[in-house]
Amino acid sequence: MASGLTKIVPNGDSTLTILQDIDLAVMPGEAVAVVGASGSGKSTLLGLLAGLDTPSRGSVRLDATDLFALDEDGRAALRQRLVGFVFQSFQLLAPLTALENVMVPLELARRSDARDLARAMLERVGLGDRLNHYPKYLSGGEQQRVALARAFIIEPRVLFADEPTGNLDASTGAGIIDLLFELNTEHGTTLVLVTHDEMVARRCTRQIRLAGGRIVDGEA
Amino acid sequence: MARFAMSLRMLARDWRAGELKLLALALVVAVTSVTSVSFFADRVRQALLRDAHQLLGGDLLITADHPLDPAFADEALRRGLAVAFRTRFISMSRRGEAAQLTGVKAVTEGYPLRGRLRIAQAANAPDAEATGIPARGTVWIDERLASALDAAAGSRLELGAATFTVSAIITLEPDRGVSFFNLAPRLMMNESDLPQTELIQVGSRVRYALLLAGEREAVDEYERWAKARLGRGERMQGLESARPEIRVGLERARQFLGLTALLAVMLAAVAIGVATRRYSQRHLDNYAVMRCLGASQRQLFALFAWEFVALGTIAAVVGCALGFATQQLLSGGLTEFVAVTLPPPSALPAVQGVLLAFVLLLGFALPPLLRLKDVPALLVLRRDIGRPRERQLTAYALGLAALAGLIFWQAGDVKLAAYVLGGFAAAAILFGAVSYGGLRVAARAGRRGGIAWRYGFANLGRRASASAIQILALALGLTAILLLTVTRADLLAAWRAKTPPNAPNRFILNIQPEQRAPIARFFRDRGLPEPTIYPMVRGRLVAINEDRVSAEQYDELRTRRLVEREFNLSYMDTLPPHNRIGAGRWFTQEDRARGALSVEEGIARTLGIELGDRLTWSIGGRIFTAPVTSIRGLDWDSMQVNFFVIATPPLLEPYPTSYLTSFHLPGTDAPAMGELARAFPNLTIVDMSLILRQVLGVIEKVVQAVQVVFLFALAAGLLVLFAAMMTTEDERVREAALLRALGASRAQVAAAQRIEFIAIGLIAGLLSAVGAAAIGALIAGRVLSLPYTVSPWLWVLGPALGAACVALHALASVRAALARPPVAALREAE
Repeated sequence: MASGLTKIVPNGDSTLTILQDIDLAVMPGEAVAVVGASGSGKSTLLGLLAGLDTPSRGSVRLDATDLFALDEDGRAALRQRLVGFVFQSFQLLAPLTALENVMVPLELARRSDARDLARAMLERVGLGDRLNHYPKYLSGGEQQRVALARAFIIEPRVLFADEPTGNLDASTGAGIIDLLFELNTEHGTTLVLVTHDEMVARRCTRQIRLAGGRIVDGEA
Repeated sequence: MARFAMSLRMLARDWRAGELKLLALALVVAVTSVTSVSFFADRVRQALLRDAHQLLGGDLLITADHPLDPAFADEALRRGLAVAFRTRFISMSRRGEAAQLTGVKAVTEGYPLRGRLRIAQAANAPDAEATGIPARGTVWIDERLASALDAAAGSRLELGAATFTVSAIITLEPDRGVSFFNLAPRLMMNESDLPQTELIQVGSRVRYALLLAGEREAVDEYERWAKARLGRGERMQGLESARPEIRVGLERARQFLGLTALLAVMLAAVAIGVATRRYSQRHLDNYAVMRCLGASQRQLFALFAWEFVALGTIAAVVGCALGFATQQLLSGGLTEFVAVTLPPPSALPAVQGVLLAFVLLLGFALPPLLRLKDVPALLVLRRDIGRPRERQLTAYALGLAALAGLIFWQAGDVKLAAYVLGGFAAAAILFGAVSYGGLRVAARAGRRGGIAWRYGFANLGRRASASAIQILALALGLTAILLLTVTRADLLAAWRAKTPPNAPNRFILNIQPEQRAPIARFFRDRGLPEPTIYPMVRGRLVAINEDRVSAEQYDELRTRRLVEREFNLSYMDTLPPHNRIGAGRWFTQEDRARGALSVEEGIARTLGIELGDRLTWSIGGRIFTAPVTSIRGLDWDSMQVNFFVIATPPLLEPYPTSYLTSFHLPGTDAPAMGELARAFPNLTIVDMSLILRQVLGVIEKVVQAVQVVFLFALAAGLLVLFAAMMTTEDERVREAALLRALGASRAQVAAAQRIEFIAIGLIAGLLSAVGAAAIGALIAGRVLSLPYTVSPWLWVLGPALGAACVALHALASVRAALARPPVAALREAE
């Protein structure tokens, strides 16, 4: 639930308004697509909703907690419990194998069963035979599957996905999106997905269109 | 605990991925080089402490260059102390045709009062503790003398005018020193036999010693009593001053080895800083991802901190183990000629090693790591937001300060430490500034030409600061390598060249006045060139311009000893060859009539003597005064007979005089010296070639030890090189891929990068040649006093080596980049 979210950044001598008074409520279990042209503020909105960035004005409540009343570490702790991420450029940790990448969130939460859970999750996304491969030896599609496994391993309440198919070809991308929605349904996760792809957007329960830093369509 | 376990897992993963190997290697090299030296120094320190009594041969020692007043021994006996005498001098011992310069030690019953000699019945036979001293008419000799004279127990030896039977071979002599007296093989005899040898005559150099031992309090009281009564040339040695020559010698060796080790540490610090910088660069994104995944700043910092603590601990342990192994090599070489058995080292050096590892990590790995803390999680979404700024030099201040502290501690000498530190800092600043400036100029100059040319030079300018760091690191590493190879060889060659092949190789000392003519005839009869025989009178400097000279006036130990000792004075009418007048004039007829002195410039500087000063001398209780009319320069390496002070003949002729000479004896005429020794038993014939070989042997040992430690510096230098090259590798791979994607041919990409690499390598190589030449000149001038010409090879080898290093490494990485499809390389570089 976001209200009055505004992001203004300095731009030389003047300022640049990237987001203007965004009000948005996302219900548990809902799948929301954020669409819009490049520079419309999609990624900034995602960053704010996930608590990765701080707004100039406005607030975001996640699971009844005001994100920006917390400090950076408080938000990190909240993310650890409630939030999963999938990125356009996968963002796997290069020195770690696929299995270890999936283990990281559990290890950060000090779970002792990290290895078993991660293995099961990778098998679930169809990478049971690639457990000990390093990211650079995985294809783009495989890397994004690892990223999905890593995102869902903590059973997040909310999953934020930033152009998850942006770096993939159409058929691989479609496979990833199928998997994403399957997992989303299985885990009952709330999904906020930024995308250019109208096809992908249409699979969500709701679409929000951004233009010039404002919601122009699908306001809720 | 869970966090630590996770840190360990991260360590294992980073290790496997090869992210930490360079850093760990640099740490290991630094810790190994420092602990090997510390372990060695620690063992020597312990040995000196343990063996102090033994090394002294008693609890207290009074030494003198003349027979001691009997009152010293009488008083000691009255106080219930045990007493023994020891008399040492150099002479020739002979057996049949063979003659050998020998360090003679005549001792009285009771010697040594502390510690035990060990003797055997034959060379290499089992030995046992000696009881008593050689019986009258017999001598004990060491294995070297036994083999030189082909003597064994039962052999008959001649020493001066007397003949002795060898009754044992000495295998351990705890109070043996490392001075000139002790380089010659040992012969030990009963002091009662000394008069028969007729060896102690006017002008003989003899060291007398009274050894004392007893209850601690009695010894202390006696020490106070005796101290007040010490005369000129008499010195007391207690436990704290035991074997100063060993202490000073080993302390110097430790200092030198320590500083060499620190060179390795400094280079390792550079490698650590550079390697960690790359590590943090590569982990910026990882860090942001983990922030996204919900790790708190503190959690992440703790994670990395523990990872590095674990890495530091492991590296320190490995380094200590290697250091321990290396010190065995060091002590094996050095103890051979100090004849001390070393106790096992304590744990202290290991503690130092661990501390060092953490100082290096804290000082040079922490600053780049701290940067990770500032990484915003948002970096994963937005590539356009700025990466955190690198912390500037201030972040390294702690590490630099700690390193400076280490150097001061290791050098134990503020001036020396300041030299080393200043030199390193000056080189770093100079190298950094020159390379930065050079790159800027190169970038500007390279705007014309083909695409490869322009692109290569543009890169130099664009990456000026990164390239400057590379060049700096590369130049420091190469300097160490050049120093070890070209400069070291140059210095050795310069040193050898100082001694011409026909330089005198024999000295004859103790020639009595009446023996001059017969000796000259001896040479003539055998068709040998007749050597110049110089007179020598021993005297003490009493006053300079009526001011009494006393040891207390001088700070330096060496000067104090010089003043306490008797000088060798000579007299002659003509200036000897290889002497040159630096100030004043050589003796005139007028000087001859009035009496005048010529002083060597080095000793004049040391004692503060100037032209025109009036020096007062005491010779055998008689006093005379004369003015200094010239200051002379000498070539000490010429192996000629040299004198600190030369007088006009009428001044010294009345005093007891002995004579000496030096000459070159071709190897074929060597047997003549055996005949000479037999004909004139009192002569001391010194075979300098033998002594030189011994000295060279000692130097060789020291050089070996230093080389072992230098190897660490070399290893650290190579690590710096490697780390420096790695810093821009990622970027290079991505750029190569990008150029390929844009349609550049492999040849074009390779050419663009080659230009950049070669420029970097050349600049670094040239700088390192300058560095090596400067350090070589400094060592030659300040330490070795050698004329040093820089080898032209340095200017070729330095740049060539630099270019080769960079090119080899970089081309390999470009090839790797080119071998893969551009997309793969680009994706990885994302």
